[in-house]
Amino acid sequence: MSFMPYVAPEQLMKDRSDYAHKGIARGRSVLGLEYAEGLLFIAENPSATLHKISEVYDRIAFAGVGKYSEFEELRIGGIRHADMRGYQYGREDVKARDLANAYSQALSTIFTQQMKPYEVEVLVGEVDGESSGTSIYRILFDGSVSDEHGYVAMGGHAEDLTDALKDRYQEGWDLPTAIRSAVDVVASTPERREIPTVQIEAAVLDRTRTSRRKFRRLTPAEIESALA
Amino acid sequence: MSGDLQLPLAGTPFGASPSFIELVRRERPEALPVVPEGRLAELRVPHGTTVLGLKFADGIVVAGDRRATSGNLIADAKMRKVFAADEFSAIAIAGAAGQAVELVKLFQLELEHYEKITGDRLSLEGKANRLAQMIRSNFPMAMQGLVVVPLFGGYDERLAQGRIFYYDATGGSWEEDDYQTTGSGGLPAKNSLKKRWRLDLSRDEAIRVAVEALVDAAEDDAATGGPDTARNIYPVVITVTLDGAHDVDEAEVRSAVEAVLQERSS
Repeated sequence: MSFMPYVAPEQLMKDRSDYAHKGIARGRSVLGLEYAEGLLFIAENPSATLHKISEVYDRIAFAGVGKYSEFEELRIGGIRHADMRGYQYGREDVKARDLANAYSQALSTIFTQQMKPYEVEVLVGEVDGESSGTSIYRILFDGSVSDEHGYVAMGGHAEDLTDALKDRYQEGWDLPTAIRSAVDVVASTPERREIPTVQIEAAVLDRTRTSRRKFRRLTPAEIESALA
Repeated sequence: MSGDLQLPLAGTPFGASPSFIELVRRERPEALPVVPEGRLAELRVPHGTTVLGLKFADGIVVAGDRRATSGNLIADAKMRKVFAADEFSAIAIAGAAGQAVELVKLFQLELEHYEKITGDRLSLEGKANRLAQMIRSNFPMAMQGLVVVPLFGGYDERLAQGRIFYYDATGGSWEEDDYQTTGSGGLPAKNSLKKRWRLDLSRDEAIRVAVEALVDAAEDDAATGGPDTARNIYPVVITVTLDGAHDVDEAEVRSAVEAVLQERSS
């Protein structure tokens, strides 16, 4: 029989938490912010095809930071959850809050019951109503959820980014201004550097879209013209 | 059940399946249509009647009448039998209406789910194949009398042209070069298209030709509903081009119908 030395639960949780923190802090970051017509997500991403931001449902989007394989698994789980819900009930019954709860449950279980916690943080964003109303939920690796307003940053240097956003953020930005400000914040934290446009991943939940699916990826040309 | 998020990679052989139907079959099999025991031959359920699809210069037009019949009765005078399947394709259905509508709903979800999971739209060929598999799996129902025969078409972004596929009850699938019809009024509609159709039709001409074929079908087939100007019931018409799949405005369909009727009355 193997012998397990006693480890205080406080210590065990702290070790896991430190481990997850370190993993997340190594990676790049994602910003989510409200603008006049909906929600904008911006990520620094060296890959043009391995996305951090994704559509989940008509009015719901997902963004993840940390370990790709882990947040990708959560992304797919979320899409399945949402599509099943919409099929069994109705399309408008699929809600971001419900999805945030599901992520919270899943991550909390993984954090307490598995050998290794997930090194991820995820955002669930939703635009509701025809004219206003957005919700942003941020879910941490241990399953804790927070309801964010206006803007949120996660991933590496999340605190510095949040501080920088706090100084700049204004309600009712139009899309180009929101893109410009978000990219500038990312490119100046922790120190100023040049980020090539192709390494900026951007997507919106645009409530003015006539399609039932409000999610749209921004093309490099659109990002370029907003930054010009 | 709140919070029952299933993590996808646990317990599956390799990779995450992009199929919504597989997902439902695995997790909520009771939500999928079941094959009933015994014979259903006596069961009277609404049946959709005539739908058609045709190619034109910039893409395809898919159209259908609005009638559903149950034996000798008109079950529904305003049923919709033509749908956008996703942004670049459309599906039209004839046959047992309940089965058909469920098939369309599942097919739409299947395409959207694939697109979201993989981050890529299926190719038009891929969509047509997937639909064939779905009809094949409905074959036991078809044997019970609940036959569903769709027409499927869309704009193939790779080949930069519209394409049309048709199916039989067993899931057999063929690509059509010019136009195709299905349902009870399919034969008169096809004869009408035979006379009027050309590949270089413009969008407006193609809509007119489609509407005319449905008027012809309604004249020769009792189960096909003709346009009803008194009650404002007109065919549903969808165009699919490089710009995507779009419903043709009812006002536009109405003026096409009026032009056809005008020509016939003089």
